[in-house]
Amino acid sequence: MKALNSVIAACPPSGIRRFFDIAAEMDDVISLGVGEPDFVTPWRIREAGIYALEHGYTTYTSNAGLPRLRELICADLATRYGASYGPGDECLITTGVSEGLDLALRVLLNPGDEVIVPEPCYVAYEPCVAFAGGTPVRVPTRWEDGFAIDADVVAAAITPRTKAILIGSPANPTGAVQPRAALEALVRLALEHDLYLISDEIYDRLTYTGAHTCLGTLPGARERTVLLGGFSKAHAMTGWRVGWICAPAPVAELCVRVHQYTMLCAPHVSQLAAVEALSGPDADVDAMVADYDRRRRVFVKGLREIGLDCPEPGGAFYAFPSIRSSGLDSETFADRLLHAEHVAVVPGSVFGPSGEGHVRCSYATALPQLDEALVRIDRFLQDIR
Amino acid sequence: MRRILELLERDAQLRPDTIATMLDLPVTQVSEAITAWETSGAIRRYRAVIDWDAVDADVATETVTAFIDVSVAPARGVGFDDVATRIARFDEVRSVYLVSGSQDLRCTVTGTSIRAVSDFISQKLSTIDRVRSTATHFVLKTYKRDGDAFSSPEPDHRLPVTP
Repeated sequence: MKALNSVIAACPPSGIRRFFDIAAEMDDVISLGVGEPDFVTPWRIREAGIYALEHGYTTYTSNAGLPRLRELICADLATRYGASYGPGDECLITTGVSEGLDLALRVLLNPGDEVIVPEPCYVAYEPCVAFAGGTPVRVPTRWEDGFAIDADVVAAAITPRTKAILIGSPANPTGAVQPRAALEALVRLALEHDLYLISDEIYDRLTYTGAHTCLGTLPGARERTVLLGGFSKAHAMTGWRVGWICAPAPVAELCVRVHQYTMLCAPHVSQLAAVEALSGPDADVDAMVADYDRRRRVFVKGLREIGLDCPEPGGAFYAFPSIRSSGLDSETFADRLLHAEHVAVVPGSVFGPSGEGHVRCSYATALPQLDEALVRIDRFLQDIR
Repeated sequence: MRRILELLERDAQLRPDTIATMLDLPVTQVSEAITAWETSGAIRRYRAVIDWDAVDADVATETVTAFIDVSVAPARGVGFDDVATRIARFDEVRSVYLVSGSQDLRCTVTGTSIRAVSDFISQKLSTIDRVRSTATHFVLKTYKRDGDAFSSPEPDHRLPVTP
């Protein structure tokens, strides 16, 4: 047999998968390993999806997606952040940010182009760059700095082949929100070196310590920014697979071109549910965000009380405590914690070398479960000391 | 401060120190506020929400609930208030509202049997002066009460570890 695609074959499977396999075998596991809301999609949105099915909206939509949904997204970005994107030629609906990221990279990259990826970062960033023919170039961030991206470190990694910088804020796995000044410094670098910026803002509504900065609204950024967003996190719609890209028309047009041949369109029913998500009352999102915030405070305080240093997570629904005091590396820590106490966390090292010494804990879990998890982690820490 | 009450309204068992952490407030401020509300009567009491249909038959006592719409002849000077207050005094009566529509008062009455509730309506409620008529609706099944759905919750469909 001839060899399969060498780039894909060389890409290691996600480090998360192994923990899933072990945790799935246990029946009393408390999972802090889940990267999605513990809320079910609000009923008004589910009801709109059911209505769409009942009335036979089971067809394709236009490639770029329902015009009404694109109008709502652009209007929402304008009201919330003052961003200006045209629903006609600067916005398209994707099957989640995952597809959006893939499209953006394929459209921006020529073979061998480098993409700077500050890490620790979402597990898909580097593989998607590689699949698109690019070369991911890791840039470390430090938990002592709250995982803020240091423009000087980024600048040092820029070469003539550098094409783009890929940023996720608020971030999975750290919960870090990039300070506005850090983003502005990246925009200056992008202008200076003629780089694109890919901004994954799927967690934009889930911020607790300050307003979200939409990268596309920073001076000079709009013309070189590909903005990725979606409904999965804020509206608890992960399984619906619906997200969007907003980008300058030439970029958006090529994204639609790839999308029309590979995906055709995002699911029609999901798009109609997303229309309800944006056109109906917003109180359910606010209530979910307030609930995450309360659990965040209780959980982070609890982690600190059992002796784990934890930087204040300003967004998303992850805490990223340091486990260095345990003397274990993050993979061993997560493995032993799972076997000894049946608590699933994700080792920080799967998100990049700078994640070593940390574990990702999702607090999108009911409060009694978080309390019990803290008791078990505390017992585990005392046993290994 | 409103948020303290909202949290307690949802879960009265939350301790003041947990509430303080959740809302980023000093514990003493939360404790003092709760005590003040308890003293002033703003917090009436704490109680459990029980789905009696879900309790084992040998433990649960049979309870029958009925909604009763009452038509009342209003009187100069008091409107419906005196009749409504008189109805509300009975222990069997769980709630009394003045409502718009073809009837005037909507009451909730509970008893140990249909017979007990019927007797109460025919002998006590209907015989109050200026009560013109009543219409009784017995509850057959409770699906949701005061914001609590009484169906069994859906299990967590999420995979244990996801990116």
